[in-house]
Amino acid sequence: MAKNTDSNVYTILFATAMVLVVGTLLAFLASSLKEKIAENKRIEKQQNILYAMGINENDETSVTFVSKEIVGEKFSEYITKQLIIQGSEVTENDEAYLIDLKKESAREKAGEQRRLPLFVGEKENSKFYIIPVRGKGLWDAIWGYVALDKDLVVQGVFFDHAGETPGLGSNIKERFFMDDFIGEHIMDGDTFKGIAVSKSNADPKNLRKTDFAVDAISGSTITGDGLAAMLKKDLKMYLPYLKTLKQ
Amino acid sequence: MGLLSKKDIKLITDPLADNNPITIQVLGICSALAITAELKASIVMSIAVLFVMGLGNLTISLMRNIIPSKIRIIVQLIVVASLVIIVDLVLKAFAYELSKTLSVFVGLIITNCIIMGRFEAFALGNGPVRSFIDGVGNALGYALILIIVGFFRELLGSGTLLGYKVLGDPIEKTGVYAFGYENNGFMLLAPMALITVGIIIWVQRSRNEALIEDN
Repeated sequence: MAKNTDSNVYTILFATAMVLVVGTLLAFLASSLKEKIAENKRIEKQQNILYAMGINENDETSVTFVSKEIVGEKFSEYITKQLIIQGSEVTENDEAYLIDLKKESAREKAGEQRRLPLFVGEKENSKFYIIPVRGKGLWDAIWGYVALDKDLVVQGVFFDHAGETPGLGSNIKERFFMDDFIGEHIMDGDTFKGIAVSKSNADPKNLRKTDFAVDAISGSTITGDGLAAMLKKDLKMYLPYLKTLKQ
Repeated sequence: MGLLSKKDIKLITDPLADNNPITIQVLGICSALAITAELKASIVMSIAVLFVMGLGNLTISLMRNIIPSKIRIIVQLIVVASLVIIVDLVLKAFAYELSKTLSVFVGLIITNCIIMGRFEAFALGNGPVRSFIDGVGNALGYALILIIVGFFRELLGSGTLLGYKVLGDPIEKTGVYAFGYENNGFMLLAPMALITVGIIIWVQRSRNEALIEDN
């Protein structure tokens, strides 16, 4: 080809054309897959919420959600109520699980009252109060769901992350870490304590359930600290409501 | 073999040994240190890079005669970034579980210098078929080192392989732990990945003196 690819005009034309082609292609792809992706995200939320209250297909070591096909059915079977708490006002809303915590927290920063979604699940005659949490890990956001019983003892958790270091911080979504939370207390009498992720609690088997700490993961100090901070901050917001349950 | 000439086969075997992108060209070190604490993460990253590098090399090679040389690096970046985004979007829509596993690696793939290195050094000057083979070969060479490092770091650091407790249970003191063996937690941190890669480089150069550079 005898084209002069070094000329300025050609360079600018090429850059413009390339941006147009790539931009169009990506925009087209993104918008045509948008609905499918949103559906996947919705299913994932339902799976995560059910997982926290112990509705899953785990074997000994795996993390396995209820399958995509039946999750909608199971979700309406086990999640009996979805509440939105806003100040002292509590309303029921069947789409509360779609509330975006990131937007709510932005709303709080703007000085507005944030909406707190809470899911009430029922399994084998016991009630679960499932609280969504969201915070910061080392690289990116971390989030999860914490299932409490009416005495505010943790019955199950699910954690996930956007980009924690593979093999280190990413282990917060593994069974060996999440299972440690089961049975942990968050209240010391009437005082709220939360759950720390501790490197020095000398309790690797996690036998003490009232020490307000679980064993940390080696090499993921900042993810662990972020997770503990997330639990502390987000669970606390629900306390006024949760305390009314006991009465 | 009729399909691949001797030269083409060398494109695959060279990066596996005497022209390995990590140990000889010293490219892609950052991702090799970051994600090799576990064997599974190493394997996932390898597959992702294999895919992006093969297709990326192919695309750049097809465009090599029309890319203005002044902005070729930017063009290469756009090609890698778009490929990664396309893969990510398609996975999110059709294989959501897999996309969640991969999402962590997306940023690491875009910045992987092996990919840019091969675009610049090979795809810009060679035909599409050979470029594709070269991309696959270099990705395999990268994968080989990642998997070796991942294997040793997970085995010595956590006592597991792909999550299975191959050495026994460190808390219950079964298997080798019954004899007082302890996991070396330091293996999980990035400095030990660097030392592991260093040991591989040392072993490789001591076996093939042609690789040792004169000072």
